[in-house]
Amino acid sequence: MSNGNMNLTLKVWRQKNAESKGAFVTYKAENISPDMSFLEMLDVVNEGLIHTGGEPIHFDHDCREGICGMCSLYINGHPHGPKNAITTCQLHMRTFHDGEIIVIEPWRAAAFPVIKDLAVDRSSFDRIQQAGGFVSVNTGGVPDANEIPIPKVIADEAFNSATCIGCGACVAACKNASAMLFVSAKVTQLGMLPQGQPERYSRVQAMVAQMDAEGFGNCTNTGACEAECPKEIKMTNISRMNNDYFSAKLFGQEELHEHASGE
Amino acid sequence: MSLDAKIPKGPLAEKWSTHKFNLKLVNPANKRKYDVIVVGTGLAGASAAASLAELGYNVKAFCFQDSPRRAHSIAAQGGINAAKNYQNDGDSVYRLFYDTIKGGDYRSREGNVYRLAEVSVNIIDQCVAQGVPFAREYGGLLDNRSFGGSQVSRTFYARGQTGQQLLLGAYSALNRQIHLGKVKMYTRTEMLDVVTIDGQAKGIVTRSLINGEVETHTGHAVLLGTGGYGNVFYLSTNAIGSNVTAAWRAHKRGAFFANPCYTQIHPTCIPVTGDHQSKLTLMSESLRNDGRVWAPKTIAIAEQLRKGAIKADQVKEDDRDYFLERKYPSFGNLVPRDVASRNAKEMVDDGRGVGGSGFAVFLDFADAIHRLGKDAVAAKYGNLFDMYYQITDEDPYKQPMRIYPAVHYTMGGLWVDYNLSTNIPGLYALGECNFSDHGANRLGASALMQGLADGYFVIPYTLGDYLATIGPKPVDANHPAFEKTKQEVITRINKLLALKGTKTVNEYHRDLGHIMWEYCGMARTAEGLTKAKGLIQALRADFWKNAIVVGSNEEVNPALERAGRVADFLELGELMVDDALMRKESCGGHFRLESQTPEGEALRDDEHFAFVAAWEYNGDNQPEVLNKEILDFEFVHLTQRSYK
Repeated sequence: MSNGNMNLTLKVWRQKNAESKGAFVTYKAENISPDMSFLEMLDVVNEGLIHTGGEPIHFDHDCREGICGMCSLYINGHPHGPKNAITTCQLHMRTFHDGEIIVIEPWRAAAFPVIKDLAVDRSSFDRIQQAGGFVSVNTGGVPDANEIPIPKVIADEAFNSATCIGCGACVAACKNASAMLFVSAKVTQLGMLPQGQPERYSRVQAMVAQMDAEGFGNCTNTGACEAECPKEIKMTNISRMNNDYFSAKLFGQEELHEHASGE
Repeated sequence: MSLDAKIPKGPLAEKWSTHKFNLKLVNPANKRKYDVIVVGTGLAGASAAASLAELGYNVKAFCFQDSPRRAHSIAAQGGINAAKNYQNDGDSVYRLFYDTIKGGDYRSREGNVYRLAEVSVNIIDQCVAQGVPFAREYGGLLDNRSFGGSQVSRTFYARGQTGQQLLLGAYSALNRQIHLGKVKMYTRTEMLDVVTIDGQAKGIVTRSLINGEVETHTGHAVLLGTGGYGNVFYLSTNAIGSNVTAAWRAHKRGAFFANPCYTQIHPTCIPVTGDHQSKLTLMSESLRNDGRVWAPKTIAIAEQLRKGAIKADQVKEDDRDYFLERKYPSFGNLVPRDVASRNAKEMVDDGRGVGGSGFAVFLDFADAIHRLGKDAVAAKYGNLFDMYYQITDEDPYKQPMRIYPAVHYTMGGLWVDYNLSTNIPGLYALGECNFSDHGANRLGASALMQGLADGYFVIPYTLGDYLATIGPKPVDANHPAFEKTKQEVITRINKLLALKGTKTVNEYHRDLGHIMWEYCGMARTAEGLTKAKGLIQALRADFWKNAIVVGSNEEVNPALERAGRVADFLELGELMVDDALMRKESCGGHFRLESQTPEGEALRDDEHFAFVAAWEYNGDNQPEVLNKEILDFEFVHLTQRSYK
C-alpha cells in the first residue's frame, strides 16, 4: 500500500471458556500501520468487531511496555512472536509484511488452562512462588542494607535471574511444558544472595514439589525455553537448581519450612 | 468544612515517634479476630497486606490482574529514594524532607513528608533483606544515582527495573503469607463499591472477571492501594488496566477527593506516533543523569530535522540549544519533572520541535558514550535503550532519543489524614491512590518510596489504633447494607450492558483524553477549562445514550470492565477541571497561564491557595463541595522555587 500500511490475515484461536472446544477463526486486519504494536493491531480488529456486532478477541495484556508479564500469545509458532528477547506488547507490526498470514494461539500447557480465546490461567505459577519463592523475614527488625556486602558480580547475576516476568513463554515453548526455567530463576536469584542462604535447600524442594503437583513436565534440555524467553533467562539457572535440589536430597537437607499450623 | 489532618504536635523530628507511642495497640491474641481488606497489590497494597498478615491480622487481598505480581508498580524504572547518605554527599532525612516539600512546590504537609523521609531508610533495609538485587559497587556496597530536584545521589536502583524488583520483593512477602494462610488472595476480581454501615467502612462489593459473579466481602477495615488515575487522559504511561474506579466509588460513598488537578506530566516519554496508539512509554528520568536535553536553535534547522533532510548528529554544536543547562545552570538536566516538561513544550510551541510530528525534543547520549564508553552506558540503561529501539526502530546509541512529555502520575487522590485514613472511618488509602505526600509535583524516585512507606511502615501502626478502638466484634455479613450495595452494583452493570449505541467505549475514552490533554494538561486557562467542562458533560451524556457495550455479565467481558472504568473517568475528568479552575494560582504540575513569573515559571499565590482542596461528592451531576485543609508551614519558609 502506498502509505506503507499493510493488510493482513489473522487466524485466531477462539474458545468460549475452559470447558468448550476451541477453533481457529479467520479475520482481516486492514490498513495496519507498521508503527503499531501487535496488541494495538488486535485493538483495531476488536474495535471493528464491536462496530459490526461481533465478539472481540480476548487476550491478556496490561502494561504494554514489556515488564508486567501479563501478555502472552503464541504467534506463528513462537511465544511472543518471531523476534528475540521481547514480549508480544513490544512486537511491532513492522516485523510483518503486507499480505502475510499470522496464526495466533494461546499458551498451550495442561497447567495453563484456557480461560477464554487467547487468555490462559497461570495461577499455577503463583502457587509455586507461594510454596517457597521468598526469604522468611518480617517487616522491621532487619539489618542495615549495607551490613552484608555482596560482590557486584553476584548481585548482577542474581539480578539477571530476578528479571523473570512470569509470563510463561518458557512453558509454552517447551515440548514437555516444563516450568523449570521459571522456577529455577527464583531459586537462583535467592540462592545466590546471602539473604537467601538459610532457606536455600528447603526452598528448592518446596518449589519443585509444587511445580510437579501443578502438572508441569520435565526438562529434557531442548533449550527452547531459553531461546524464547523475553528476558533472556539462561538455562544455567536450571543447572543450578538441579544442583541445589540434588544436594538437598542426597545430603538429607531437611525441609525446614514454616507451616500455617505451626505458626 | 475545615479538615483536621491530625498531624501530631511537637518538633518535626519527633512527631512520628511520639505519635507511634500514643497509638493504641491490639494485643497479639486479638489480632486474629480482625479481618482487613486490601484492594490492589502494587507496592502499597502488597506491602500492607504482607505486613498486616505478619502481625497476625486476617487479610483478604484483591487485584484485577491475573496475579498480584502484575500491578503497575512493576513498570517503575528509575529507582527509589532514601536518605541513607551512603555517598557522604550531604544527604540527611531533613534534606530529603526539604527537597520533597520544595519539589512539590509547597503544597504538601510538613508532617507527612518528614515521616516519609524518616522511614525511607528502613525501606532499603527491608528490601535488601527480602533479596531485592539492587545495583552494587565493586566493594559490594549499594550504589546510588541522582534524580531530578536534588543535588545529592540518594536513589537506589536495580538497572532500569527498580519497580519490578521492589514489587517482586513485596509479592514474595505476600506469597509467604498466602502460603501460611494469613492472606486470602482474590485475583481477576475487581472492586466495584465500598460498603459502609453507620458511616464506617465494613466491606466491599466485587465482580469476578472470570464469571461475572458479584460478591460482598466483610472486613473491619478497607485499605485501598489502587493506584493513580492518569488514564483519564487515555494516553499515559499507566498500564491499560490502571483505573480510578475503586477510589471513585469510595468518593461517591463520601470519601473526599483531594487536589484532583495535580497531574504529573513526565518530560521524557517516547512521542506519540498515530491515532492507533494505546499507551505511552516512559524513558526513565535516570537517563537525565547522562543524557543532555536539546532542541535546535532555529526553526529552520528544526524544519529540516522534521522533514528528515538532516539527522540530529549532523546538527552542529553551535546550532544546538541545551535549554535546561542554559536556563538552570545549577540543576541543569536534573530539574524537577514539571519544569523540564514545560520547557520542552515551550520549545515545541516556539516551532523548534523535532521528529515527524514536531512534538519532540532530543535526549542525547553522545557525550556520555564518548566519556564513559558504550558498554558503561549500556550497563546503566541497556534495557531502556532496547525498549526505545523496539518501539521507534531507531538506535539511541547512534542518534539521540526523541522525547516528549506524557501523563505519568497523579499527585491528587483520596484525601487522608496523617494516619492514612480517609474521612470515612475504616477506609484507608495508600500509595498513589491517596494525595498525601507529593504536593503539586512529585520528585523522581519518590513514588516507590511512598508506596512502600505507607504499606510497610505506616499503616501497620495507624490501623491498629483504629481497630483497637472499634473492637474485634465480627462484622455482620447479613447487615442489609451489603445486599443493598450489591444490588446497586448489579443495577449499574445492567445499565452498562443495556448500552447498544454506535460508538465504542474506547472511542469515548480517546475523546475524553483529547479534552483533558488539550485543556487540563501542561498549560491551563480559565477559558479553556470552562470549555472543557461543557465538553466533558456533553460527552458523558452521550456515553450513556450512544455507547456500545457488547456481551453479558456472566462471562469474561473486558468490554464491560472498560465501560465501567471509562464511565468513572468521565465523572472524574469534570472534577479535575473544576479543581483546576478553582485553583487560580500555578503550582508544580498545575500551570495556569494566568499565573506565571516574568521568566515563565509557576507563580504560586500562597495567601489564597496554601490549602488542600478536598472535594465532597454531592449527588449525580451536582457541583461538588469544596472543603479546605489549610497547609500550615511551621518549619519551612515558603519561597519562589528556583533551580537556577
